[in-house]
Parts: sequence; structure tokens; C-alpha cells
Amino acid sequence: MALSTLNLWVLVIDTRGINVWCAAGKGTFSTEEVIYQVKRCRLAECVHHRSLILPQLAAPGVAALKLKEGCGFRGKFGPVRITDLPRFLNNDMQADEQMRSVTFSLRERMALIPVEVCLIYKPLLATLLCVGLLSGIGPDIFSLNSAISRSLQFLVATLLAITAGAIITPLCLPWIPGRQFWLKGILAAIPAALAGIMWFKDVTSILSVIALCSWIFASASYMAMNFTGSTPFTSLTGVEREMRRGIPLQIAATCTALFIWLAEPFFS
Amino acid sequence: MKTFRYIENIALLKLDVETCIGCGTCIDVCPHGVFALQNGKAQITDHGGCMECGACACNCPVNALFVNPDDGCGCAALIINSWLARITGKNISGCGC
Repeated sequence: MALSTLNLWVLVIDTRGINVWCAAGKGTFSTEEVIYQVKRCRLAECVHHRSLILPQLAAPGVAALKLKEGCGFRGKFGPVRITDLPRFLNNDMQADEQMRSVTFSLRERMALIPVEVCLIYKPLLATLLCVGLLSGIGPDIFSLNSAISRSLQFLVATLLAITAGAIITPLCLPWIPGRQFWLKGILAAIPAALAGIMWFKDVTSILSVIALCSWIFASASYMAMNFTGSTPFTSLTGVEREMRRGIPLQIAATCTALFIWLAEPFFS
Repeated sequence: MKTFRYIENIALLKLDVETCIGCGTCIDVCPHGVFALQNGKAQITDHGGCMECGACACNCPVNALFVNPDDGCGCAALIINSWLARITGKNISGCGC
């Protein structure tokens, strides 16, 4: 749509549906691929100029200087967003700072929520099944009633954690204090845990409430930490450092929750 | 993007000012405005803004830039798998995303 008023050729690089930036990072949108497509499409026979405008975010994978010797076309990085292309062309093929910068607006963050939530549902089903089986274990060996009612409590706790870690954290990212995502997830889990306490306090024991809250904090923190992979500003070195700090605590909280959850039927 | 800041001064980004020829390509390709030209050479003016995307190092004509070469983007599961792969010596098995 952005190109509808422009008179130009578009060379398509097949990234198998992956966006330009990730494809460049993973090597699908690469110098070799651009050279290959220029030759395969016989671009030199279609146009008499010899310049290619590349999306700026292809730069992690495409060395523009190497294109000339590879296919005869001179590569030039354009703006980040294709909607800025008309402005870029009118501006003597110069990108200003705004054209060169990535954004992470509320709308863009919102678009990522379905991705986060959809990735969770498989491990969620597996976890529910396991916890369902474990929840029935008690003084009378196995109680189906207890398995069902306690699984429902666990499901509510998990849904609250998903809300905190995979919905609230992405949406409120700039407003949650701190830099590290696993900590942001813990902060976002506080209201979720409070809501959980209100819900659980009349239907189950104090031990169960402690276990469920511990689980909410651990899983919300992990999901928030997982969101680093979807943002356009976190460095791998930073993510690895925060994961080395966050994961031990998430595992400890999960083990605590599991231990209390298993022990609870024998105390009530 | 100055509203979003990650952990400061942790990104693996090195610029060899001696080698730099001041062509300004890093400034053009950096999505976070990490570089600026000063006295005909590139300078890292906002190290904390770097996300290690590698665009500058890939396009530097004189290899004056070094960025963490590990494959960056991915979910936590992929990073955990890459740690496990390093321990077991196997190839990264992906994350199922």
C-alpha cells in the first residue's frame, strides 16, 4: 500500500514468513540470498540502474558493500519501515533519525500478546495433566474429587500468572519499574497473587494458598523473562545474565510450590 | 526508543577507533542510535542502547566493530537449550516455537 504511488520494482526475498529483522538475524535474509535472488530474477535485464534499496533491518544479515561484487548492484539501506519509503526517496535517499529508529509502541506490544499466549498453551496442557494427577494424592491414596477441585484452583492460579507475565508485562512494559524482565514479571505478579488470595482464601487451606501464590510468582516471572525474545531492544548478553539470576529463583519457587502442594492433603 | 532501556553497559560491543575510517555506515544501520561521528571517526555514544543485533559489525568495511556473535533473538527456551547444548556438546535442538 505504501508503494502504490511509486514507480519501482520490488525484489522479493523469501524468508518463509519471518519478518526482515529476525530473518536477517538468523541468516535467511543474507548477502548470499540477495545476490542469489538478483541473479535468479535476472534483475539486470529488468532495470538499467544498478542500485538496490534494502530494508534497514536487513543489515544484521546483509553486508551491503559485498553486493556490488556479488551481483553488480550497489546496496543502500533505506528506512526501517516501508511506509517511510516515499519520504526516503523524496529526501534524496537519506534516512533521518526517525526513519532509522525502531519503535515499540503499545499497539506493537499488543500485537505480540497472542504469540506469547499461543506458545504457552502446549506446556500449559502438559502441566495441567501432571498437576491434575498429583493433586489427587492424599491420605486416601487418590481422590478424584480432590484432584478435580485442586486442579481447578491450579488452573485459576496459572491463568492469573499468564495474565501477569504474558499480557500485563508486555502491555505495561515501560511503566513497570526495573530493567530485568524476570523482576518486572514478579512486580506484575503482585496484583495477580492478591487476586488469587481473594479467590482462594475461602475455598482452600492456607498452605494451598501459599503454594499457588509461589507458583504464580515463578511462572509469571518466567513468562515475562521469555518476552525478552520478542522485544527490539534487549541484548543477548543481558538476557543471559538475567536468566542466570532469574531461573534459579523461579525453579526454587516452583519446587516450593510443588512440595507444599503435595504435602498439603496430609496436613488438612 | 530512548523510553526503553535495558541493562546498561553489558552489551558486547567494541569499536576499534584506530581502524575506523569514519564512513558512517554503522550510524546508518544502527536501529538504536548507538554511534555518532566525532572528528572523522565513529564513536560509541550510547553503549547501553546496543542490543547486539550485529548490523554495524556486518556492514563495517574495515572490520573495526565487534559484536557478540552468538545468535541473538529467541525465546527463553531457546537460550536454555543452547546452554544445555553447550554442556552436552550436542547441536541446538530448537525450542518448538
